[in-house]
Amino acid sequence: MLKAADLGAIRAIITRAKRWDLFFAVLGLLSLMVGVLTFTVLFLDMAIQGVPRLSLDFFTNFPSRRAENAGILSAWVGTILVMLVTALAAVPLGVAAGVYLEEYAPKNWITDIIEINISNLAGIPSIVYGLLALGLFVYYFGFGQSILSAGLTLALLILPVIIVATRESIRAIPQSIHEGSYACGATTWQTVSDHILPYSSAGILTGVIIGMARAIGETAPIITIGALTFIAFLPPMPFAGDPAAGMFEWIFAPFTVMPIQMFNWTSRPEAAFTVNAAAAGFVLVFMTLAMNGLAIYLRYHLRKNIKW
Amino acid sequence: MQIQTGLEAGVEGTVLKAEVRDLDFHYGAFHALKRVSMPIYDRRVTALIGPSGCGKSTLLRCFNRMHDLYPGNRYSGGGIVFHPDNTNLLAPEVDPIEVRMRISMVFQKPNPFPKSIYENVAYSLRVRGMRNKNELDDRVESALKGAALWNEVSDRLKELGANLSGGQQQRLCIARALASDPEIILFDEPTSALDPIATASIEELVTELKEKVTILIVTHNMQQAARISDYTAYMYLGEMVEFGVTDQIFIKPTKKATEDYITGRFG
Ligand SMILES: Nc1ncnc2c1ncn2[C@@H]1O[C@H](COP(=O)(O)OP(=O)(O)O)[C@@H](O)[C@H]1O
Ligand SMILES: [Mg+2]
Repeated sequence: MLKAADLGAIRAIITRAKRWDLFFAVLGLLSLMVGVLTFTVLFLDMAIQGVPRLSLDFFTNFPSRRAENAGILSAWVGTILVMLVTALAAVPLGVAAGVYLEEYAPKNWITDIIEINISNLAGIPSIVYGLLALGLFVYYFGFGQSILSAGLTLALLILPVIIVATRESIRAIPQSIHEGSYACGATTWQTVSDHILPYSSAGILTGVIIGMARAIGETAPIITIGALTFIAFLPPMPFAGDPAAGMFEWIFAPFTVMPIQMFNWTSRPEAAFTVNAAAAGFVLVFMTLAMNGLAIYLRYHLRKNIKW
Repeated sequence: MQIQTGLEAGVEGTVLKAEVRDLDFHYGAFHALKRVSMPIYDRRVTALIGPSGCGKSTLLRCFNRMHDLYPGNRYSGGGIVFHPDNTNLLAPEVDPIEVRMRISMVFQKPNPFPKSIYENVAYSLRVRGMRNKNELDDRVESALKGAALWNEVSDRLKELGANLSGGQQQRLCIARALASDPEIILFDEPTSALDPIATASIEELVTELKEKVTILIVTHNMQQAARISDYTAYMYLGEMVEFGVTDQIFIKPTKKATEDYITGRFG
């Protein structure tokens, strides 16, 4: 039989032990607040400064020496075109490399070394990619200080992210599904195209968008390859103008991107340019959030029909 | 090598479909199958029994070269001779895909693809290059009928296979294995994840299927082996202890070890 005194002792122990629960809960909440509050304050500050500046003109005007006339037309068009090149280069390369490593590569020390290096590549400072790209794309291949060079540079930067995301989503597919496909008599390519890619596409896409969201804000490597800070024209539209531009002439055009436009404005002494920078920053954050929203939506839709 | 079973003469009308001959298999350095020999008779059910870890699945997965998917696995001696064409399924020059097109498999846990019921069954036809819609429809229907599933799913072929119950999913996997008209179907403990009613329906199905196709089934359930198989092989620690007609194995096994296992004194 349990004596009343024992029960009292047990309760005392529990009460003392639970103090640590409370202590950690408070500590955890405070840590969370530091992060969330800091971001919220920064974002609100930027929004309060920048949002009143947003108008249709702001999106359709080129940069100007007068702050109230300046706009982000060349910057957002440049960002979208650079991102397009980045995606077109990085997605096929990254997915193919990930699929190769998971499904085709023999497991030996060479592939082990490649694996370790891919994880390390993700940690290299982006400016190093900029330097590499300056030598390789700008000078060696002669692509110049163009949208193509910038897109390929950012593609290199996010390639490891896409490779890792591809491999992880492939590994999340149960072994039994994999074996089921082979047991039907499928070749490796049939297994990849009929099962592996469709079932891992949600995860791959999430990785792609996370990578793109990182790339969209990158400034250092783009400055390194020589993006201009003042661009008052758009890249040539395919087949437009006189003489008519070619389909892909735009990829060799000089360009600027959102973060560089912001950087340029923040370095001006006039307060009115700081407001422009805040407005552009707000647009950039909005673009990033929109991409993440798209990732969540697509993941939900692609996963809906996948149950093991 | 001639396989000494002493049974061929005793059972009328049996034809050899395959022979395992002195088969050795290694997982890396681990010797998982040791000089295993046994016959597989055409359109009969052969059960592999034995305690967990004795190598039943390992032997079964040699038949469709599943081991080729993983590095370090080695067929280290002997072979599996397939009749009537006398090919050694394990010979390096034999393409494992060709083997899997002739011998299909049903796994322990139902593993339908996250596709529609129709596409699950059609998949084994699609990998064989079948594109004609009518032909696919016909073959899918007859495979689903063969797997006793047609009546339950004929009006919802476009639904996901994963929405079916466990027993239905396993019958869907049987339909997938059946659709391509295989010569042998391998079953690796197909009912171990199912409830008793679903188990009974799968057992009934297996005994029906043997009219058309040779069946090799792994089971850890001795009653199941006794109920559905014509031949039983008892394995222990990677070795073939005894092979015989099921009744003989269960009523008067020739080896003491088999008797101990059957009577539950061991295992
Ligand atoms: N992939 C593997 N690598 C190494 N050893 C394995 C592997 N798969 C199975 N084994 C070992 O081989 C033996 C036989 O396994 P298995 O054929 O799965 O047994 P059973 O199906 O009879 O329960 C066991 O000792 C098991 O631990
Ligand atoms: Mg097993």
